[in-house]
Amino acid sequence: MQKLIYADHAATTRVSDSVFAAMLPYLQEQYGNPSATYAIGRETKHAIENARAQLARLLNAAPQEIYFTSCGTESDNWAIKGYAHAMKSKGKDHIITTAIEHHAVLHTCQSLEKEGFSVTYLPVNSEGYITAEQVKDAITDRTGLVTVMYANNEIGTIQPIGEIGAVCKAAGVVFHTDAVQAVGHEPIDVKAEHIDMLSLSGHKLSAPKGIGALYLRRGIVLPPYLDGGAQERGRRAGTENTAFIVALGQAAEDAGKDMEARQKRVADLRDRLIEELSKIPHAHLNGGRSPRLSGNVNFSFAGVEGESLLLMLDMQGVAASSGSACTSGSLDPSHVLLAIGLPHEIAHGSLRLTLGEDNTDEDVDTLLRVIPPIIERLRAMSPTWEKYREE
Amino acid sequence: MDYSPKVMEHFANPRNVGELADANGIGEVGNAKCGDIMRMYLKIENGIIEDVSFKTFGCGAAIATSSMATELIKGKPIEDALKLTNRAVVEALDGLPPVKIHCSVLAEQAVKAAISDYYRRQGIDPTPIVGEQCENCDCENCH
Repeated sequence: MQKLIYADHAATTRVSDSVFAAMLPYLQEQYGNPSATYAIGRETKHAIENARAQLARLLNAAPQEIYFTSCGTESDNWAIKGYAHAMKSKGKDHIITTAIEHHAVLHTCQSLEKEGFSVTYLPVNSEGYITAEQVKDAITDRTGLVTVMYANNEIGTIQPIGEIGAVCKAAGVVFHTDAVQAVGHEPIDVKAEHIDMLSLSGHKLSAPKGIGALYLRRGIVLPPYLDGGAQERGRRAGTENTAFIVALGQAAEDAGKDMEARQKRVADLRDRLIEELSKIPHAHLNGGRSPRLSGNVNFSFAGVEGESLLLMLDMQGVAASSGSACTSGSLDPSHVLLAIGLPHEIAHGSLRLTLGEDNTDEDVDTLLRVIPPIIERLRAMSPTWEKYREE
Repeated sequence: MDYSPKVMEHFANPRNVGELADANGIGEVGNAKCGDIMRMYLKIENGIIEDVSFKTFGCGAAIATSSMATELIKGKPIEDALKLTNRAVVEALDGLPPVKIHCSVLAEQAVKAAISDYYRRQGIDPTPIVGEQCENCDCENCH
Protein backbone atom coordinates (compact mmCIF):
# COMPACT_ATOMS: atom_id res chain seq x y z
CA MET A 1 0.00 0.00 0.00
CA GLN A 2 1.02 3.55 -0.73
CA LYS A 3 2.38 5.44 2.26
CA LEU A 4 0.10 8.27 3.37
CA ILE A 5 1.78 11.66 3.39
CA TYR A 6 -0.30 13.56 5.90
CA ALA A 7 0.09 17.27 5.26
CA ASP A 8 -3.10 18.58 6.85
CA HIS A 9 -2.11 19.06 10.49
CA ALA A 10 -4.00 22.37 10.66
CA ALA A 11 -7.19 20.37 10.02
CA THR A 12 -6.51 17.82 12.70
CA THR A 13 -3.71 15.70 14.15
CA ARG A 14 -3.24 12.07 15.00
CA VAL A 15 -3.57 11.24 18.70
CA SER A 16 -0.01 10.71 19.89
CA ASP A 17 1.09 7.50 21.62
CA SER A 18 1.65 9.17 24.97
CA VAL A 19 -1.73 10.92 24.86
CA PHE A 20 -3.47 7.69 23.87
CA ALA A 21 -1.81 5.80 26.72
CA ALA A 22 -2.72 8.54 29.20
CA MET A 23 -6.41 8.65 28.32
CA LEU A 24 -7.17 4.95 27.96
CA PRO A 25 -7.50 4.09 31.69
CA TYR A 26 -10.26 6.68 32.01
CA LEU A 27 -12.60 4.77 29.72
CA GLN A 28 -12.77 1.34 31.37
CA GLU A 29 -10.86 1.44 34.66
CA GLN A 30 -11.13 4.94 36.06
CA TYR A 31 -14.68 5.49 34.91
CA GLY A 32 -16.04 7.06 38.11
CA ASN A 33 -18.06 10.25 37.94
CA PRO A 34 -15.70 13.02 39.05
CA SER A 35 -18.48 14.53 41.18
CA ALA A 36 -18.89 11.31 43.17
CA THR A 37 -17.67 10.77 46.71
CA TYR A 38 -16.14 7.28 46.41
CA ALA A 39 -12.56 6.51 45.47
CA ILE A 40 -12.89 5.99 41.71
CA GLY A 41 -14.79 9.28 41.52
CA ARG A 42 -12.20 11.18 43.52
CA GLU A 43 -9.42 9.75 41.38
CA THR A 44 -10.98 11.02 38.17
CA LYS A 45 -11.49 14.40 39.82
CA HIS A 46 -7.77 14.48 40.58
CA ALA A 47 -6.98 13.51 37.00
CA ILE A 48 -9.07 16.41 35.72
CA GLU A 49 -7.39 18.88 38.06
CA ASN A 50 -3.99 17.54 37.05
CA ALA A 51 -4.90 18.10 33.37
CA ARG A 52 -6.07 21.62 34.20
CA ALA A 53 -2.70 22.34 35.78
CA GLN A 54 -0.82 20.83 32.81
CA LEU A 55 -2.73 23.03 30.37
CA ALA A 56 -2.36 26.12 32.58
CA ARG A 57 1.42 25.65 32.64
CA LEU A 58 1.57 25.66 28.84
CA LEU A 59 -0.12 29.08 28.77
CA ASN A 60 1.41 30.55 31.96
CA ALA A 61 -2.10 30.71 33.42
CA ALA A 62 -3.44 29.61 36.80
CA PRO A 63 -5.32 26.29 36.83
CA GLN A 64 -8.49 28.03 38.08
CA GLU A 65 -8.44 30.12 34.91
CA ILE A 66 -8.90 27.08 32.65
CA TYR A 67 -12.37 25.81 31.69
CA PHE A 68 -12.77 22.65 29.63
CA THR A 69 -15.20 22.76 26.71
CA SER A 70 -16.08 20.43 23.83
CA CYS A 71 -14.09 22.23 21.11
CA GLY A 72 -12.54 25.49 19.93
CA THR A 73 -15.82 26.61 18.40
CA GLU A 74 -17.60 26.27 21.73
CA SER A 75 -14.85 28.25 23.45
CA ASP A 76 -15.15 31.03 20.84
CA ASN A 77 -18.93 31.14 21.14
CA TRP A 78 -18.82 31.20 24.92
CA ALA A 79 -16.12 33.87 25.16
CA ILE A 80 -17.49 36.23 22.52
CA LYS A 81 -21.23 35.91 23.05
CA GLY A 82 -20.82 35.61 26.81
CA TYR A 83 -18.67 38.70 27.14
CA ALA A 84 -20.73 40.68 24.62
CA HIS A 85 -23.86 40.07 26.67
CA ALA A 86 -22.03 40.88 29.91
CA MET A 87 -20.59 44.17 28.59
CA LYS A 88 -23.99 45.50 27.55
CA SER A 89 -24.77 46.44 31.14
CA LYS A 90 -21.69 48.68 31.04
CA GLY A 91 -23.00 50.51 27.98
CA LYS A 92 -20.63 48.76 25.57
CA ASP A 93 -21.96 47.39 22.28
CA HIS A 94 -18.99 47.48 19.91
CA ILE A 95 -16.69 44.57 19.04
CA ILE A 96 -13.49 44.67 16.99
CA THR A 97 -12.25 41.66 15.06
CA THR A 98 -10.46 40.91 11.77
CA ALA A 99 -11.55 39.89 8.30
CA ILE A 100 -9.55 36.66 8.46
CA GLU A 101 -10.98 35.02 11.57
CA HIS A 102 -12.16 31.43 11.57
CA HIS A 103 -15.89 31.04 10.96
CA ALA A 104 -16.32 30.13 14.63
CA VAL A 105 -15.51 33.77 15.37
CA LEU A 106 -16.87 35.44 12.20
CA HIS A 107 -20.26 33.78 12.35
CA THR A 108 -20.47 34.41 16.10
CA CYS A 109 -19.85 38.11 15.47
CA GLN A 110 -22.42 38.12 12.68
CA SER A 111 -24.93 36.55 15.02
CA LEU A 112 -24.25 39.32 17.56
CA GLU A 113 -24.74 41.94 14.83
CA LYS A 114 -28.26 40.60 14.37
CA GLU A 115 -28.80 41.21 18.09
CA GLY A 116 -27.82 44.86 17.65
CA PHE A 117 -24.09 44.83 18.40
CA SER A 118 -21.82 46.66 16.00
CA VAL A 119 -18.73 44.86 14.76
CA THR A 120 -15.63 46.26 13.05
CA TYR A 121 -13.86 43.77 10.78
CA LEU A 122 -10.30 45.06 10.46
CA PRO A 123 -8.74 44.46 7.04
CA VAL A 124 -5.36 42.73 6.80
CA ASN A 125 -2.50 43.73 4.53
CA SER A 126 -1.58 41.68 1.46
CA GLU A 127 0.64 39.48 3.64
CA GLY A 128 -2.18 38.71 6.05
CA TYR A 129 -1.23 40.80 9.07
CA ILE A 130 -2.99 43.45 11.13
CA THR A 131 -1.26 45.94 13.42
CA ALA A 132 -1.90 46.98 17.00
CA GLU A 133 -2.26 50.52 15.63
CA GLN A 134 -5.29 49.44 13.60
CA VAL A 135 -6.89 48.03 16.73
CA LYS A 136 -6.05 51.18 18.70
CA ASP A 137 -7.58 53.41 16.02
CA ALA A 138 -10.77 51.35 15.90
CA ILE A 139 -11.45 51.49 19.66
CA THR A 140 -14.23 53.88 20.65
CA ASP A 141 -15.86 54.57 24.01
CA ARG A 142 -18.45 51.94 23.09
CA THR A 143 -15.91 49.19 22.43
CA GLY A 144 -16.00 46.43 25.02
CA LEU A 145 -14.31 43.50 23.28
CA VAL A 146 -11.51 42.87 20.82
CA THR A 147 -11.13 39.39 19.34
CA VAL A 148 -8.12 38.69 17.10
CA MET A 149 -6.93 35.22 16.15
CA TYR A 150 -3.46 34.27 17.33
CA ALA A 151 -2.50 32.56 14.07
CA ASN A 152 -4.46 32.05 10.89
CA ASN A 153 -5.57 28.53 10.03
CA GLU A 154 -5.20 28.98 6.27
CA ILE A 155 -2.15 31.14 5.67
CA GLY A 156 -0.40 30.65 9.00
CA THR A 157 0.26 34.32 9.75
CA ILE A 158 0.83 35.10 13.43
CA GLN A 159 -0.63 38.39 14.63
CA PRO A 160 1.13 40.80 17.05
CA ILE A 161 -0.91 39.48 19.98
CA GLY A 162 1.24 40.96 22.77
CA GLU A 163 1.05 44.43 21.23
CA ILE A 164 -2.70 44.17 20.66
CA GLY A 165 -3.11 42.94 24.24
CA ALA A 166 -1.21 45.97 25.53
CA VAL A 167 -3.39 48.31 23.46
CA CYS A 168 -6.55 46.68 24.83
CA LYS A 169 -5.29 46.76 28.39
CA ALA A 170 -4.46 50.46 28.16
CA ALA A 171 -7.93 51.17 26.72
CA GLY A 172 -9.73 49.04 29.31
CA VAL A 173 -11.11 46.72 26.60
CA VAL A 174 -11.28 42.95 27.07
CA PHE A 175 -9.08 40.99 24.66
CA HIS A 176 -9.97 37.50 23.38
CA THR A 177 -7.85 35.45 21.01
CA ASP A 178 -8.76 32.33 19.09
CA ALA A 179 -5.48 30.48 19.53
CA VAL A 180 -6.64 27.14 18.16
CA GLN A 181 -3.82 26.98 15.59
CA ALA A 182 -1.13 28.31 17.89
CA VAL A 183 -1.50 26.46 21.19
CA GLY A 184 1.10 23.73 21.46
CA HIS A 185 2.99 25.05 18.44
CA GLU A 186 3.90 28.60 19.47
CA PRO A 187 5.07 29.77 22.88
CA ILE A 188 2.13 31.56 24.50
CA ASP A 189 2.17 33.54 27.73
CA VAL A 190 -1.27 34.90 28.53
CA LYS A 191 0.12 37.21 31.22
CA ALA A 192 2.94 38.74 29.18
CA GLU A 193 0.68 39.07 26.15
CA HIS A 194 -2.18 40.63 28.16
CA ILE A 195 -4.71 38.04 26.98
CA ASP A 196 -8.01 38.05 28.88
CA MET A 197 -9.67 35.11 27.12
CA LEU A 198 -8.14 32.42 24.90
CA SER A 199 -9.79 29.59 22.97
CA LEU A 200 -8.02 26.34 22.17
CA SER A 201 -8.81 22.94 20.72
CA GLY A 202 -7.28 19.61 21.67
CA HIS A 203 -7.20 17.91 18.30
CA LYS A 204 -4.76 20.44 16.84
CA LEU A 205 -2.10 19.28 19.30
CA SER A 206 -2.39 15.50 19.29
CA ALA A 207 -5.37 15.18 21.65
CA PRO A 208 -8.63 13.72 20.30
CA LYS A 209 -11.42 15.66 18.60
CA GLY A 210 -14.19 16.74 20.95
CA ILE A 211 -12.19 18.50 23.66
CA GLY A 212 -11.28 22.16 23.94
CA ALA A 213 -10.72 24.77 26.60
CA LEU A 214 -11.24 28.41 27.36
CA TYR A 215 -8.78 30.42 29.41
CA LEU A 216 -10.55 33.14 31.34
CA ARG A 217 -8.33 35.57 33.22
CA ARG A 218 -9.26 35.86 36.88
CA GLY A 219 -11.71 38.75 37.12
CA ILE A 220 -13.42 38.11 33.78
CA VAL A 221 -16.91 36.88 34.55
CA LEU A 222 -18.98 35.27 31.82
CA PRO A 223 -22.53 34.02 32.14
CA PRO A 224 -22.55 30.19 32.40
CA TYR A 225 -22.43 28.51 28.99
CA LEU A 226 -24.39 25.48 30.14
CA ASP A 227 -26.61 25.66 33.20
CA GLY A 228 -26.78 22.57 35.36
CA GLY A 229 -24.48 21.06 37.94
CA ALA A 230 -21.40 22.48 39.58
CA GLN A 231 -18.87 21.21 37.04
CA GLU A 232 -16.28 23.72 35.81
CA ARG A 233 -17.09 25.99 38.75
CA GLY A 234 -20.73 26.06 37.69
CA ARG A 235 -19.96 27.87 34.47
CA ARG A 236 -20.01 24.96 32.10
CA ALA A 237 -22.18 22.26 33.59
CA GLY A 238 -22.31 18.65 32.41
CA THR A 239 -20.36 15.58 33.47
CA GLU A 240 -16.75 16.04 32.49
CA ASN A 241 -15.31 14.23 29.48
CA THR A 242 -12.66 12.76 31.74
CA ALA A 243 -10.64 10.70 29.28
CA PHE A 244 -10.43 13.54 26.77
CA ILE A 245 -9.59 16.10 29.43
CA VAL A 246 -6.74 13.86 30.58
CA ALA A 247 -5.68 13.57 26.93
CA LEU A 248 -5.62 17.35 26.50
CA GLY A 249 -3.58 17.72 29.67
CA GLN A 250 -1.03 15.19 28.45
CA ALA A 251 -0.92 16.79 25.00
CA ALA A 252 -0.27 20.17 26.61
CA GLU A 253 2.54 18.77 28.73
CA ASP A 254 4.10 17.05 25.71
CA ALA A 255 3.78 20.21 23.62
CA GLY A 256 5.61 22.25 26.22
CA LYS A 257 8.65 19.98 26.04
CA ASP A 258 11.28 20.96 23.46
CA MET A 259 8.84 23.24 21.68
CA GLU A 260 11.63 25.33 20.22
CA ALA A 261 13.51 22.35 18.79
CA ARG A 262 10.31 20.90 17.33
CA GLN A 263 9.35 24.23 15.80
CA LYS A 264 12.72 24.54 14.16
CA ARG A 265 12.61 21.05 12.72
CA VAL A 266 9.13 21.57 11.25
CA ALA A 267 10.02 25.08 10.04
CA ASP A 268 13.01 23.66 8.16
CA LEU A 269 10.69 21.28 6.29
CA ARG A 270 8.28 24.16 5.63
CA ASP A 271 11.02 26.43 4.32
CA ARG A 272 12.30 23.80 1.91
CA LEU A 273 8.78 23.31 0.55
CA ILE A 274 8.31 27.06 0.17
CA GLU A 275 11.67 27.52 -1.58
CA GLU A 276 11.07 24.71 -4.04
CA LEU A 277 7.38 25.31 -4.78
CA SER A 278 8.17 29.00 -5.41
CA LYS A 279 10.12 27.85 -8.46
CA ILE A 280 6.92 26.72 -10.20
CA PRO A 281 5.98 29.50 -12.67
CA HIS A 282 3.07 31.66 -11.50
CA ALA A 283 3.11 30.14 -8.03
CA HIS A 284 2.23 32.61 -5.31
CA LEU A 285 2.94 32.12 -1.61
CA ASN A 286 -0.07 33.23 0.41
CA GLY A 287 0.70 34.90 3.73
CA GLY A 288 3.92 36.56 4.84
CA ARG A 289 7.06 34.55 5.55
CA SER A 290 7.45 35.73 9.14
CA PRO A 291 6.00 35.45 11.68
CA ARG A 292 4.32 32.36 10.35
CA LEU A 293 3.26 29.04 11.89
CA SER A 294 6.17 26.64 11.62
CA GLY A 295 4.17 24.06 9.67
CA ASN A 296 2.14 26.24 7.28
CA VAL A 297 2.64 26.36 3.50
CA ASN A 298 -0.05 27.95 1.34
CA PHE A 299 0.37 28.51 -2.39
CA SER A 300 -1.86 29.56 -5.26
CA PHE A 301 -1.09 28.19 -8.70
CA ALA A 302 -2.55 30.24 -11.55
CA GLY A 303 -4.76 28.25 -13.90
CA VAL A 304 -5.25 25.40 -11.42
CA GLU A 305 -8.39 24.71 -9.43
CA GLY A 306 -7.95 23.55 -5.84
CA GLU A 307 -10.27 20.58 -5.62
CA SER A 308 -8.83 18.94 -8.72
CA LEU A 309 -5.39 19.43 -7.25
CA LEU A 310 -6.44 17.82 -3.97
CA LEU A 311 -8.05 14.86 -5.73
CA MET A 312 -4.90 14.21 -7.74
CA LEU A 313 -2.77 14.52 -4.63
CA ASP A 314 -5.11 12.11 -2.85
CA MET A 315 -4.61 9.59 -5.64
CA GLN A 316 -0.88 9.80 -4.89
CA GLY A 317 -1.45 9.32 -1.17
CA VAL A 318 -1.12 12.97 -0.13
CA ALA A 319 -3.67 14.51 2.26
CA ALA A 320 -3.79 18.30 1.90
CA SER A 321 -6.39 21.06 1.77
CA SER A 322 -7.43 24.08 -0.28
CA GLY A 323 -9.27 27.37 -0.01
CA SER A 324 -11.20 26.52 -3.14
CA ALA A 325 -14.96 27.01 -2.97
CA CYS A 326 -15.40 23.56 -4.46
CA THR A 327 -14.01 21.95 -1.34
CA SER A 328 -16.31 23.81 1.00
CA GLY A 329 -19.57 23.52 -0.89
CA SER A 330 -19.97 27.29 -0.97
CA LEU A 331 -19.84 29.64 -3.95
CA ASP A 332 -16.94 31.76 -2.83
CA PRO A 333 -13.36 30.81 -2.29
CA SER A 334 -11.81 31.35 1.12
CA HIS A 335 -12.60 34.70 2.77
CA VAL A 336 -9.00 34.72 4.01
CA LEU A 337 -7.53 34.55 0.50
CA LEU A 338 -9.94 37.22 -0.71
CA ALA A 339 -9.02 39.38 2.32
CA ILE A 340 -5.34 39.35 1.34
CA GLY A 341 -6.40 40.61 -2.07
CA LEU A 342 -6.26 37.52 -4.28
CA PRO A 343 -8.56 37.61 -7.32
CA HIS A 344 -11.25 34.93 -7.23
CA GLU A 345 -9.70 32.73 -9.90
CA ILE A 346 -6.35 32.65 -8.09
CA ALA A 347 -8.00 32.03 -4.74
CA HIS A 348 -9.72 28.98 -6.25
CA GLY A 349 -6.32 27.50 -7.00
CA SER A 350 -4.86 27.41 -3.53
CA LEU A 351 -3.10 24.52 -1.86
CA ARG A 352 -2.51 24.37 1.88
CA LEU A 353 0.08 21.96 3.20
CA THR A 354 0.40 21.93 6.98
CA LEU A 355 3.24 19.93 8.43
CA GLY A 356 3.65 18.37 11.83
CA GLU A 357 6.34 16.72 13.88
CA ASP A 358 5.66 13.34 12.30
CA ASN A 359 6.56 14.62 8.82
CA THR A 360 10.01 13.80 7.50
CA ASP A 361 12.50 15.03 4.91
CA GLU A 362 11.37 12.10 2.76
CA ASP A 363 7.78 13.38 2.96
CA VAL A 364 8.96 16.72 1.63
CA ASP A 365 10.88 14.92 -1.14
CA THR A 366 7.69 13.08 -2.10
CA LEU A 367 5.62 16.25 -2.07
CA LEU A 368 8.15 18.00 -4.28
CA ARG A 369 8.17 15.04 -6.64
CA VAL A 370 4.39 14.73 -7.02
CA ILE A 371 3.12 18.33 -6.90
CA PRO A 372 4.83 19.91 -9.96
CA PRO A 373 3.64 17.28 -12.49
CA ILE A 374 0.08 17.57 -11.17
CA ILE A 375 0.18 21.35 -11.60
CA GLU A 376 1.52 20.86 -15.11
CA ARG A 377 -1.15 18.32 -15.97
CA LEU A 378 -4.03 20.46 -14.69
CA ARG A 379 -2.64 23.52 -16.45
CA ALA A 380 -2.45 21.61 -19.72
CA MET A 381 -6.21 21.07 -19.56
CA SER A 382 -7.03 24.54 -18.20
CA PRO A 383 -8.48 27.24 -20.48
CA THR A 384 -7.41 29.95 -17.98
CA TRP A 385 -3.75 28.94 -17.94
CA GLU A 386 -3.16 30.22 -21.48
CA LYS A 387 -3.32 33.87 -20.49
CA TYR A 388 -0.78 33.41 -17.69
CA ARG A 389 1.53 31.26 -19.79
CA GLU A 390 1.84 34.01 -22.36
CA GLU A 391 2.75 36.65 -19.77
CA MET B 1 -16.12 14.96 -1.83
CA ASP B 2 -17.75 11.61 -2.33
CA TYR B 3 -17.58 10.92 -6.06
CA SER B 4 -18.72 7.75 -7.80
CA PRO B 5 -15.99 5.45 -9.18
CA LYS B 6 -17.11 6.49 -12.67
CA VAL B 7 -16.58 10.18 -11.90
CA MET B 8 -13.15 9.41 -10.46
CA GLU B 9 -12.28 7.30 -13.49
CA HIS B 10 -13.16 10.14 -15.89
CA PHE B 11 -11.37 12.63 -13.65
CA ALA B 12 -8.22 10.52 -13.52
CA ASN B 13 -8.31 9.64 -17.23
CA PRO B 14 -10.28 12.36 -18.98
CA ARG B 15 -11.24 11.61 -22.60
CA ASN B 16 -10.69 14.09 -25.41
CA VAL B 17 -8.66 16.66 -23.49
CA GLY B 18 -6.93 19.55 -25.21
CA GLU B 19 -7.39 21.88 -28.12
CA LEU B 20 -8.68 20.84 -31.51
CA ALA B 21 -6.58 22.52 -34.19
CA ASP B 22 -9.22 22.27 -36.92
CA ALA B 23 -12.26 22.98 -34.75
CA ASN B 24 -15.07 24.84 -36.48
CA GLY B 25 -17.14 25.46 -33.36
CA ILE B 26 -15.78 26.60 -30.01
CA GLY B 27 -17.85 27.47 -26.95
CA GLU B 28 -16.84 28.59 -23.49
CA VAL B 29 -19.11 28.80 -20.44
CA GLY B 30 -18.75 29.49 -16.73
CA ASN B 31 -16.44 32.02 -15.19
CA ALA B 32 -13.37 32.03 -13.05
CA LYS B 33 -15.13 33.84 -10.25
CA CYS B 34 -17.24 30.82 -9.41
CA GLY B 35 -14.39 28.47 -10.09
CA ASP B 36 -15.45 26.61 -13.24
CA ILE B 37 -14.70 27.36 -16.88
CA MET B 38 -15.40 24.88 -19.64
CA ARG B 39 -14.34 25.28 -23.24
CA MET B 40 -15.62 22.81 -25.84
CA TYR B 41 -14.07 22.37 -29.31
CA LEU B 42 -16.11 20.74 -32.09
CA LYS B 43 -15.22 19.63 -35.58
CA ILE B 44 -18.47 19.27 -37.46
CA GLU B 45 -18.74 17.81 -40.95
CA ASN B 46 -21.96 17.12 -42.82
CA GLY B 47 -23.97 17.67 -39.65
CA ILE B 48 -21.95 15.08 -37.74
CA ILE B 49 -19.68 15.82 -34.78
CA GLU B 50 -16.57 14.19 -36.21
CA ASP B 51 -14.32 15.22 -33.37
CA VAL B 52 -14.61 16.93 -30.03
CA SER B 53 -12.31 18.02 -27.24
CA PHE B 54 -12.40 20.17 -24.11
CA LYS B 55 -10.37 22.28 -21.76
CA THR B 56 -11.68 22.82 -18.25
CA PHE B 57 -10.65 24.81 -15.20
CA GLY B 58 -12.64 23.44 -12.32
CA CYS B 59 -13.23 20.78 -9.75
CA GLY B 60 -13.19 17.02 -10.20
CA ALA B 61 -16.84 17.00 -11.24
CA ALA B 62 -16.26 19.75 -13.81
CA ILE B 63 -13.50 17.72 -15.45
CA ALA B 64 -15.46 14.46 -15.31
CA THR B 65 -18.64 16.00 -16.74
CA SER B 66 -16.67 17.64 -19.57
CA SER B 67 -15.05 14.33 -20.38
CA MET B 68 -18.34 12.44 -20.29
CA ALA B 69 -20.13 15.07 -22.41
CA THR B 70 -17.50 14.73 -25.14
CA GLU B 71 -17.92 10.96 -25.14
CA LEU B 72 -21.69 11.23 -25.37
CA ILE B 73 -21.67 13.51 -28.44
CA LYS B 74 -18.68 12.22 -30.39
CA GLY B 75 -19.74 10.85 -33.78
CA LYS B 76 -23.34 11.95 -33.25
CA PRO B 77 -25.45 14.23 -35.47
CA ILE B 78 -25.82 17.83 -34.23
CA GLU B 79 -29.49 17.20 -33.45
CA ASP B 80 -28.53 14.45 -31.00
CA ALA B 81 -25.85 16.60 -29.39
CA LEU B 82 -28.40 19.36 -28.88
CA LYS B 83 -30.59 16.90 -27.01
CA LEU B 84 -27.81 16.17 -24.51
CA THR B 85 -29.15 17.09 -21.10
CA ASN B 86 -27.25 17.60 -17.89
CA ARG B 87 -29.31 14.77 -16.46
CA ALA B 88 -27.96 12.40 -19.09
CA VAL B 89 -24.41 13.41 -18.18
CA VAL B 90 -25.12 12.84 -14.49
CA GLU B 91 -26.66 9.44 -15.17
CA ALA B 92 -23.77 8.37 -17.36
CA LEU B 93 -21.44 9.21 -14.48
CA ASP B 94 -23.51 7.17 -11.98
CA GLY B 95 -24.56 10.34 -10.21
CA LEU B 96 -22.97 13.49 -8.78
CA PRO B 97 -23.08 14.95 -5.28
CA PRO B 98 -25.94 17.52 -5.12
CA VAL B 99 -23.55 20.50 -4.81
CA LYS B 100 -21.88 19.41 -8.05
CA ILE B 101 -24.97 19.17 -10.26
CA HIS B 102 -24.17 22.64 -11.64
CA CYS B 103 -21.08 21.16 -13.29
CA SER B 104 -23.28 18.93 -15.44
CA VAL B 105 -25.36 21.98 -16.37
CA LEU B 106 -22.15 23.67 -17.43
CA ALA B 107 -21.24 20.65 -19.61
CA GLU B 108 -24.61 20.80 -21.38
CA GLN B 109 -24.23 24.55 -21.89
CA ALA B 110 -20.68 24.17 -23.22
CA VAL B 111 -21.86 21.77 -25.92
CA LYS B 112 -24.66 24.16 -26.89
CA ALA B 113 -22.31 27.16 -26.90
CA ALA B 114 -19.90 25.34 -29.24
CA ILE B 115 -22.73 24.35 -31.61
CA SER B 116 -23.99 27.96 -31.59
CA ASP B 117 -20.51 29.12 -32.52
CA TYR B 118 -20.44 26.60 -35.38
CA TYR B 119 -23.74 27.95 -36.76
CA ARG B 120 -22.56 31.53 -36.41
CA ARG B 121 -19.43 30.70 -38.42
CA GLN B 122 -21.71 29.25 -41.10
CA GLY B 123 -23.64 32.54 -41.17
CA ILE B 124 -26.65 30.93 -39.53
CA ASP B 125 -28.41 32.50 -36.54
CA PRO B 126 -28.17 29.75 -33.89
CA THR B 127 -30.93 31.06 -31.63
CA PRO B 128 -33.90 29.33 -33.34
CA ILE B 129 -31.97 26.03 -33.41
CA VAL B 130 -30.01 26.02 -30.17
CA GLY B 131 -32.14 28.36 -28.08
CA GLU B 132 -31.15 31.30 -25.89
CA GLN B 133 -27.58 31.09 -24.70
CA CYS B 134 -26.55 31.99 -21.22
CA GLU B 135 -24.00 34.60 -22.32
CA ASN B 136 -23.05 35.98 -18.96
CA CYS B 137 -23.54 32.77 -17.14
CA ASP B 138 -22.85 34.00 -13.62
CA CYS B 139 -22.45 31.98 -10.46
CA GLU B 140 -26.11 32.17 -9.53
CA ASN B 141 -27.12 30.67 -12.87
CA CYS B 142 -24.63 27.86 -12.65
CA HIS B 143 -25.16 26.75 -9.09
